Amino acid sequence: MMNTRALVPVESIDELAARVADGASVAVAPDYSGCAMEVVRALMRRGARNLHLIGVPQVGFQGDMLIGAGCVATLETAALTLGEYGPAPRFTAAVREGTIVLRDATCPVIHAGLQAAEKGVPFMPLRGILGSDLVGHRNDWKVIENPFAKANKEDPILLLPAIRPDVALFHAPLADRWGNVWIGVRRELMLMAHAARTTLVSVEAFSDEDLLADDRLAAGTIPALYISTLAKAANGAWPIGLFGRYAPDHAHLQRYVEMAATASGFEQYVREYVHKQRVSA
Amino acid sequence: MSSVPVPARPEELLIFTIARMLDDVRHVAVGASSPIPGAAALLAQTWSAGRMRVSVLGSEHDNFFTDGGRELFDCAAQGRIDAFFLGGGQIDGAANINLIGTGEYPRNRIRFPGSFGSAYLYFLIPRVILFREEHSPRVLVPKVDFISAPGCSPDHVYRPGGPYALVTGRCVFAFDRKHSRFRLTSIHPGHTVTEIREQTGFEFDTSSELVETPAPGSETLALIRGPVGEAVSKVYPAFAARVLGINAQGVA
Repeated sequence: MMNTRALVPVESIDELAARVADGASVAVAPDYSGCAMEVVRALMRRGARNLHLIGVPQVGFQGDMLIGAGCVATLETAALTLGEYGPAPRFTAAVREGTIVLRDATCPVIHAGLQAAEKGVPFMPLRGILGSDLVGHRNDWKVIENPFAKANKEDPILLLPAIRPDVALFHAPLADRWGNVWIGVRRELMLMAHAARTTLVSVEAFSDEDLLADDRLAAGTIPALYISTLAKAANGAWPIGLFGRYAPDHAHLQRYVEMAATASGFEQYVREYVHKQRVSA
Repeated sequence: MSSVPVPARPEELLIFTIARMLDDVRHVAVGASSPIPGAAALLAQTWSAGRMRVSVLGSEHDNFFTDGGRELFDCAAQGRIDAFFLGGGQIDGAANINLIGTGEYPRNRIRFPGSFGSAYLYFLIPRVILFREEHSPRVLVPKVDFISAPGCSPDHVYRPGGPYALVTGRCVFAFDRKHSRFRLTSIHPGHTVTEIREQTGFEFDTSSELVETPAPGSETLALIRGPVGEAVSKVYPAFAARVLGINAQGVA
């Protein structure tokens, strides 16, 4: 059975990044999940443009960096947060200057939109949210009366459109030779892969074992069916940590926040850490 | 620790105050960057002799969800979460919260991170405790600049959840959902009604049974500084070290 499986191509980081076309919608994970930082740096080096970045359901440092580098035209997310590191400097500046289009959402809207895409249906209903100012700013959301409500009972409910990203981009601890990718309990990465047209994944390492052969691993493994292209990047989530593998590089993240406080400081950061070969943390 | 008991620190008063609001709760969820509500949840869990579940979102260790980011929200929509905490860059007298920014959207003067799951969880979790340590006219405003999540909804809107109380560094307000107003119920030691009026940008009622916020007794303080503190230090190491003087294992 194994040898009848098609192989998923494995490319260099720059080749993988080249598959993210300018103008593409790109779904990415929050800092506590799997962030393909090595690929993000490749996108910054290339000068990717007009990306529609989707935080699943929120985004951290990679969002601030891509916005600072001018790669992002539209940001669709429940939040852009650097957590304990305070306000996101390049995001904040871009909001003030009006250089990015904001599609502010709330976490379950992003999850449910991807779930609609996963099911191949055009929309999903969701409770709550009515009366939030978000509704007025999102003309792609609609409020309808629940068609299943009891007669004469008002029951408004929000509908939101499916979110089908051009690209899901993330970093994972492990893939096997057939292109199956292990993500453990970080199943928002599974959801992203199910929903997106193309799924690009950088991984820490490759296993010679078939990840689907062991039930304990299989339940947390994205089958190769959903994976378009892989690249190897040891420590590829640096300076953000990777769940279960390594912690964030606090000193570096602190340095990023300090340098990115000004546009010129951010440019210097990009010269030092994005264009130059990084020294492994 | 010296033999003379250290009186309750302001943070310990807040932990105790919030924990008392979680008395009969089965499952409380708390954010990974909310150490005071998180410590309160862990204290209440200790009181419950382990019956209460505490989910710390974004934590690798104190988070039992196995179905990705969506599970918390589905869990809340089914009524499986009883209590949760929300903050706000701005909070107004109708318990509307603003997590977007000040000034006009989208080019806000000051931009906050974003609404996260507030617009959803505020509707679906029965006991949402608003917590903001800073109690100033800058935060507690007459009307928020952007409603991330509304405090109240019309009767025909499906809403099993909503605001329960607002806890600040100065006092506790209960929220009256029917009249959509806060009611001052207790004042932390060392603070006054006059000061609270000056520092609050919205109008509020005052309880006829207004009291001083009870401070934790020596038994509770021993818990907070002992076993609960140990648990807190695993989830919120920086907070435990700074406030409780407890260092997590392996942390210098």
